Amino acid sequence: MEKRILKDDNDRVDGILKVTGQAKYFAEYELPGLTYGVLVTSTITKGKITALDTKAAEKAPGVIAVISHLNKPSAPAYEQEGGPQMKIFYTDKIFYNGQPIAIVVANTFERATHAASLVKASYAKEEFNTDFEKALKDPKAKKLQGQADYKRGIENAYKTAEVKLEERYFLPIETHNPMELHGIIADWRPNNQLTVYAKTQGVKATQGTIANVFKIPMENIQVNSEFVGGGFGMALRTWPLEIATVMASKHIGKPVKVVITRMQMFTMVGNRPAAIQTIGLGANKDGKLTGITHRAYGETSTYENFTEGVVNMAKFMYQCDNVNTTYAIVPVDLGVPIWMRGPGEATGAFALESAIDEMAHALDMDPLDFRIKNDPETDQQKNKPFSSKNIKEAYKIGAEKIGWSNRKNKPGSLVEGPWQTGYGVSIGVFNANRGKASVKGILKADGSLLLQSATSDIGPGTGTGMTLIANKLMKIPVNKITFELGDSSLPPAPSQGGSATLSTVGSAVNDVCVALNSAIAELAANSNMDATANFIDVLKKNNLPQIEVTKESQGGKERDSYSMYSFSIHFVQVKVHSLTGVVKVSKIVSVGDSGTIVSPKTARSQMLGGAVGGIGMALTEESIIDHRYGRYINNNFADYHVPVNADVPEIDVNFINKPDPYINPMGAKGMGEIALIGFSAAVANAVFNATGKRIRTLPITPDKILA
Amino acid sequence: MINFQYLRTTTAKSAIALLVKDKNAKFLAGGTNLIDLMKRGVTAPEKLIDINHVPLKQIEQIGNKIHIGALASNSAVADHALIKEKLPLLSWALQAGASAQLRNVATVGGNMMQRTRCGYFYDTEMPCNKRQPGTGCGAMEGFNRMHAIFGTSEKCIAVHPSDMCVALIALDAEVILANAKGERKIPFKDFHRLAGDTPQLDNNLKVDEMIIRLEIPVSNLAKNYHYLKVRDRASYAFALVSVAAAFEISNNKITDVRLAMGGVAHKPWRLTASENFLKGKEATLTNFEQAAQLAMKDAKGFGGNDFKLKLAPNTIIEALNLAKSKA
Ligand SMILES: Cc1cc2nc3c(=O)[nH]c(=O)nc-3n(C[C@H](O)[C@H](O)[C@H](O)COP(=O)(O)OP(=O)(O)OC[C@H]3O[C@@H](n4cnc5c(N)ncnc54)[C@H](O)[C@@H]3O)c2cc1C
Ligand code: SF4
Repeated sequence: MEKRILKDDNDRVDGILKVTGQAKYFAEYELPGLTYGVLVTSTITKGKITALDTKAAEKAPGVIAVISHLNKPSAPAYEQEGGPQMKIFYTDKIFYNGQPIAIVVANTFERATHAASLVKASYAKEEFNTDFEKALKDPKAKKLQGQADYKRGIENAYKTAEVKLEERYFLPIETHNPMELHGIIADWRPNNQLTVYAKTQGVKATQGTIANVFKIPMENIQVNSEFVGGGFGMALRTWPLEIATVMASKHIGKPVKVVITRMQMFTMVGNRPAAIQTIGLGANKDGKLTGITHRAYGETSTYENFTEGVVNMAKFMYQCDNVNTTYAIVPVDLGVPIWMRGPGEATGAFALESAIDEMAHALDMDPLDFRIKNDPETDQQKNKPFSSKNIKEAYKIGAEKIGWSNRKNKPGSLVEGPWQTGYGVSIGVFNANRGKASVKGILKADGSLLLQSATSDIGPGTGTGMTLIANKLMKIPVNKITFELGDSSLPPAPSQGGSATLSTVGSAVNDVCVALNSAIAELAANSNMDATANFIDVLKKNNLPQIEVTKESQGGKERDSYSMYSFSIHFVQVKVHSLTGVVKVSKIVSVGDSGTIVSPKTARSQMLGGAVGGIGMALTEESIIDHRYGRYINNNFADYHVPVNADVPEIDVNFINKPDPYINPMGAKGMGEIALIGFSAAVANAVFNATGKRIRTLPITPDKILA
Repeated sequence: MINFQYLRTTTAKSAIALLVKDKNAKFLAGGTNLIDLMKRGVTAPEKLIDINHVPLKQIEQIGNKIHIGALASNSAVADHALIKEKLPLLSWALQAGASAQLRNVATVGGNMMQRTRCGYFYDTEMPCNKRQPGTGCGAMEGFNRMHAIFGTSEKCIAVHPSDMCVALIALDAEVILANAKGERKIPFKDFHRLAGDTPQLDNNLKVDEMIIRLEIPVSNLAKNYHYLKVRDRASYAFALVSVAAAFEISNNKITDVRLAMGGVAHKPWRLTASENFLKGKEATLTNFEQAAQLAMKDAKGFGGNDFKLKLAPNTIIEALNLAKSKA
């Protein structure tokens, strides 16, 4: 990576590269002899391929090969029994509409695209169902346990409470839709050597998956993924389309590049599954919760099960002696889902945080008072104290900044012409993780520090965070520190997911810096230098061009004693047009409680992105399927509405910024997920406060307000 | 996708000559709709006649009419001082459409000719009478939230997606069309058509014709006007319902009034009954409400778009309110 010009020490280390187009993304690599692959997809939803006519495609200009289940190269893992059901090109079965069934490789992208349109498949069709609600109602349809049932105290205690409610919440499919399209470049060389340029949240995971499918040693595979144009979870696995590309390269002995279309982004790389949830809440008249029941159903595919933490939050987020949860997954004939930012917790929080607001209303309490009254002192699920939690302080900061005192408890009270104003609040929470990672540090006599780890940066600013950790510990200016990532040959680190990178890799950076500092101190002492001597002088005096340290780092026993979570409070003000049903989010105040803020700018950006994603989840995003055909209706950027600038007001981001004493040496907890979790409920709650209308089906579009 | 020939010409005359030579030729203007349709396999012209160099970009006043060339870009029209001053309703409607990038290349002629955004029309794997007559209408019993409530046919319930055209029909624009033999002039309201039995036809442009320009009479509608577009996000989304409203008041009475709706029919929908009702009346909320009710006669929902039966009159009322408060 090139040296960067930084305006201030908190700037993104790769900011200039990104805004000047110098940052190189996977699709931008030009390899000698590069060829282009385009995927042919099924046009039926379920059944079998009975014939595949590839003749016309093979004869089309520039076409090198058409690869399918009829002529695929060997992928030893797929030849064995068991393993995944949807083994690309190793099955003639169709599991969903839009499933890749062949790849056409040509010497230009345009020619491959044209030839792909000439491949004709014949099918034996079978009956199918893509409708989650229908499957849920059908007693014959499968329902699989997604998580062990949980019970604390009395089951369904809400039913006998002084004040009770039971409501159902619906979340449609959402599609990640990062700006960058998915794909991969695979270059299979003789002797089973493979180089790939990937869009991945984990270079080691990609390396491992490919090694496993093709049964070649990990060391034979080099995965590069220095820059990723957004992932939001969809790049947390190696998809069949990537395996297909590797197969294609193996088959033709040339590098193959695949970049899928925006439409294929809806069917090949997962989505946030639809969910139907019921929340039962009971409270006594004083506003103390006496029962919480959270029952959730999530969508999954027929060929692979997908589960996530939809009901996690209900178990500990409120002080309550009686809590029970269930979570089941329901297979439908769609592509398998995958975690999408905030994953299941964001799904669950929409329901739980809406219900909490509904209960406050039923009690005629200010929802903020109700929340504070039921704020847990300890984690009742794990029966442990929280490692750190400053929720009450966060509520206070946010309330002041949004102007909560202007809120009226009676819905529909603030009216100005056709516009009704409302305020809403919610909380987001996510496990504060720390995994295991290795980092190598090379301290040089020229005054620079090079840090390396096979972690990823899908946008949060991993390199910036790591640089700032090192900067603080070693007093080396940030422009003398380089952090290298996105390369599978570097010391191993986990995939970037679950808000864990800063905590996990940052700890290893910390350990490397501490070790380098003591190595310098030792050298100084041995060469009769002052203990405070500059490392450059120490290295020079010792005739050392550089010293090198590699550290593997992971947490210890602190998790046995403490419950570790990151929190965020979202306050929103909305304006709802009483005639047109248009909802405008007019003000946002987010307060993050995630320990020490190591990198203020990128942390703020996380919260900004979370709020924008939250507006999308609340007001605009929904992937629509015509269940008669099993096909998406709005699979493009004109019709799948992500929020635009005009939908987003100024976002006031605040941090508690107090170290967590236990989690890691920095005292920093992750915050990628909490930025989004709960946000949609804050909007729904504000809409209720503005209008008296409780919308339990997202997204809150004008038709739902008018209904 | 099939191979096509790209041709470029610099005069309307030669463009028309090229067009009539080949049944499967199409004009290429901004390309913002046509290229998408080609990529999706909805249309496959064998020849693309690039007309961007034909000098039809004029925006000028001649007598009491404003002339706008068919190749003037959407943003050039929207930002033009003459339009802002004399036909601000048109400027507003254009600004409400698409995105700045699209408006910079999209042309007036292309905007009029843009095809419906019905999802079934775009997906060649699904039935659609407009794309492939006789295959059925996917939207009728499918996803029809965006679809028409007025003038629908059993064959097609699609809407014309343009914002610009809603203002143009309200402003009594005229369209100048030309073929190899000469020009003809038709009222804007007769340009687009209802689906009827031939949903494959969006408008009355003949296969050998080219749109040359618009002529829009200057009126006293530059004071009390509003273009209100209700959509799923604040920008860059097609209208659920849009309303172009403009009126002139003298002695406390409405002397001229124009009302048209978008997102509700296969063509821009002029609200003549509502206009007639408002003429000579005061600009009061009660009158606006009655005008809105009159507009809804014969409206019909198809399930997913039933909400428009409420949204449409509400939007008319609000557009009139906002037009009134402009003064
Ligand atoms: C993502 C997206 C969002 C959009 N949102 C909106 C919106 O909110 N509101 C809105 O109103 N529009 C919207 N549009 C549509 C946009 O306004 C049209 O695509 C544009 O106006 C078409 O103009 P063009 O010059 O690019 O036409 P082209 O794509 O070049 O042509 C369209 C058709 O018109 C024909 N044609 C062009 N000029 C002539 C002529 N002079 N004579 C005869 N035939 C001609 C062409 O042959 C072709 O069939 C959107 C488009 C996109 C892609
Ligand atoms: S509404 Fe019209 S365009 Fe849409 S599917 Fe039906 S026939 Fe096709």
